[in-house]
Amino acid sequence: MSVITFREALRAAIDEEMARDDSVLILGEEVGQYNGAYKVSQGLLEKYGPERVIDTPISEEGFTGIGVGAAMAGLRPIVEWMTLNFSLQAIDQVFSNASKIRYMSGGQFSMPIVFRGPNGPAEYLGSQHSQALQSIYAHVPGLKVVAPSNPADAKGLLKASIRDDNPVVFLEAEMMYSWKGEVPDGEHVIPLGAADVKRPGADVTLVGFSKPLRMVLEAAELLAGQGIDAEVIDLRTIRPLDEASIYASVRKTNRCVIVDEAWPFASVGSHVAWLVSKNCFDDLDAAVELVSGEDVPMPYNHALEIAAQPSVEKIVDAVKRVLYA
Amino acid sequence: MAGTKAARPAAAAGSPGPVDGVDGVRSDAAFQIELLRKMLLIRRFEEKAAQMYGLKKIGGFCHLYIGQEAVAVGAISALDLSRDYTVAAYRDHGYALACGMEPGPLMAELFGKATGVSKGKGGSMHFFDAGRHMFGGNGIVGAQIPVATGVALKIRYRKEKGVVLCWFGDGAIHQGSFHESLNMAKIWNLPVIYICENNQYGMGTDFRRVSSVTDFAVMGSSYGIPGSQVNGMDVVEVHREVSAAAKRAREESTPVFLEVLTYRYRGHSMSDPAKYRTPEELESYKKQDPILIQRARMSEAGIFSDADFAELDAEFKTLCDNAVAFAEESPEPDPSALYEDVYA
Repeated sequence: MSVITFREALRAAIDEEMARDDSVLILGEEVGQYNGAYKVSQGLLEKYGPERVIDTPISEEGFTGIGVGAAMAGLRPIVEWMTLNFSLQAIDQVFSNASKIRYMSGGQFSMPIVFRGPNGPAEYLGSQHSQALQSIYAHVPGLKVVAPSNPADAKGLLKASIRDDNPVVFLEAEMMYSWKGEVPDGEHVIPLGAADVKRPGADVTLVGFSKPLRMVLEAAELLAGQGIDAEVIDLRTIRPLDEASIYASVRKTNRCVIVDEAWPFASVGSHVAWLVSKNCFDDLDAAVELVSGEDVPMPYNHALEIAAQPSVEKIVDAVKRVLYA
Repeated sequence: MAGTKAARPAAAAGSPGPVDGVDGVRSDAAFQIELLRKMLLIRRFEEKAAQMYGLKKIGGFCHLYIGQEAVAVGAISALDLSRDYTVAAYRDHGYALACGMEPGPLMAELFGKATGVSKGKGGSMHFFDAGRHMFGGNGIVGAQIPVATGVALKIRYRKEKGVVLCWFGDGAIHQGSFHESLNMAKIWNLPVIYICENNQYGMGTDFRRVSSVTDFAVMGSSYGIPGSQVNGMDVVEVHREVSAAAKRAREESTPVFLEVLTYRYRGHSMSDPAKYRTPEELESYKKQDPILIQRARMSEAGIFSDADFAELDAEFKTLCDNAVAFAEESPEPDPSALYEDVYA
């Protein structure tokens, strides 16, 4: 066990998997000589060479589709998107090709590919560089969508994603790269599709994933000081969704708040809220609450951009509403 | 402009020329017959598919390859499918047959049956055969071009001897995917042959109306990939040019670009009456039909008689009837198939 950053945990996962399997390679903008726009791939070019750490031009559709073709032909590419915002240039390759080729070929082809990069707002980046796009990718059958909330999970989930024979969209965040945490050394693989109880509790279930989970845990601490015992479920994998873990918790606490920094309309958060409302109807003592990003493009002004995102205060308020407190 | 349409260089009628043999190009009588057989099989299969579409046995989009047979057959006969690959767009019946896929399972796929090549879940636009390295059957215009380039990346990474034939039409050449792919194929020295199969109409739009250049052979030039034009009505010329391109791509590990000039006799899909072109234009192409050209060449060489043709034609009519019978008799997919093959 070592205390390392989220970026180092990702790098360890990639490095270990590249060492383990020569079909794993990484391609994207600035991944090689520049050592990664966010330094996730630092040192990998030196270690594995330009055949496996491939700098691409700024051609998102092109290099994403090249990854898809290489995966169809038997390699296990990791496609780095400098941010998920730029993945919109490439989205057809993910929607129309990566997610469907297995199905529409009658199961003849595997698609072992990981698309990864930072997702969601950072700071001062404005409307076009602050989008949380998990809802879009989670919408598509055939894709897996993974969203770790701490360095240990980042390593274990990325290793599992690289070994998976399905296309995986792996969501990180600019603000998370410097977060530190204890991470197991060496072989540490977390199966996809398993949520994790990050904090046990009895009074209310808080469901979250990725970067906002940190503020969910902060809110839970704050609530504990007020005598409210919150259980925190970290989805870790958005698709496949571990519904059973969510329902088990809600059936125990009878109250549920979902936290998702994406826009609220047709989001992962709204979908989970619907599932809980439908499947735990008889167990719920209050309507399910959703704490989402505000339904606006992200403004540049810092006070406004903070106001546009979930916060500890918004989460605490939502908990109070479901507790009628 | 409409009056000049039929005057494309590739369309110019003329002698098919002698059969030669350069760069390992096959030209023996058996091979000549094989080329004709493949083209005639495609023609008869497509005619049968059109008939079945009319009977509502086949639904949705169905893009026929009639008129273009020489292109798929000439090119794919230049490949060794144990190491080479073909990645096509949605007008894919011809490539599938040229790769050796069986008419029965292909027809069954069109019928949506469980015995179809894609278990009835792909349809006309999504023929795949992993074993024959036929990587689709891809329905989004131009989106298969990066995929084909990625297959070539794998070949280069694994230091294999294969090449990839990347197919697309004149309608796809203005997609960003084409330009992005050529650039990367060049900087990474990928062995991929980009074939722009110019049938002159992107759906109903004459390519001259929507392109800043009409000589597509120049389209690779800004990426350092020289191109050339090939007469796609002559299967031997296509075979010769693609063989040379494959040799170059293979030996030099480099992308190559070919514009193959051809013509589709039918509309874009079954719902298209093709009113954007004149009957005279269509007739002018039918006079240099790829099957007629090859038949004449073989007849002149004394290796194929009218009686031989009649026999061959009867064989393929029976084969296609049998394909329909196979499709008719095949079971529908089990309802449980709905959720199969979404994930590994």
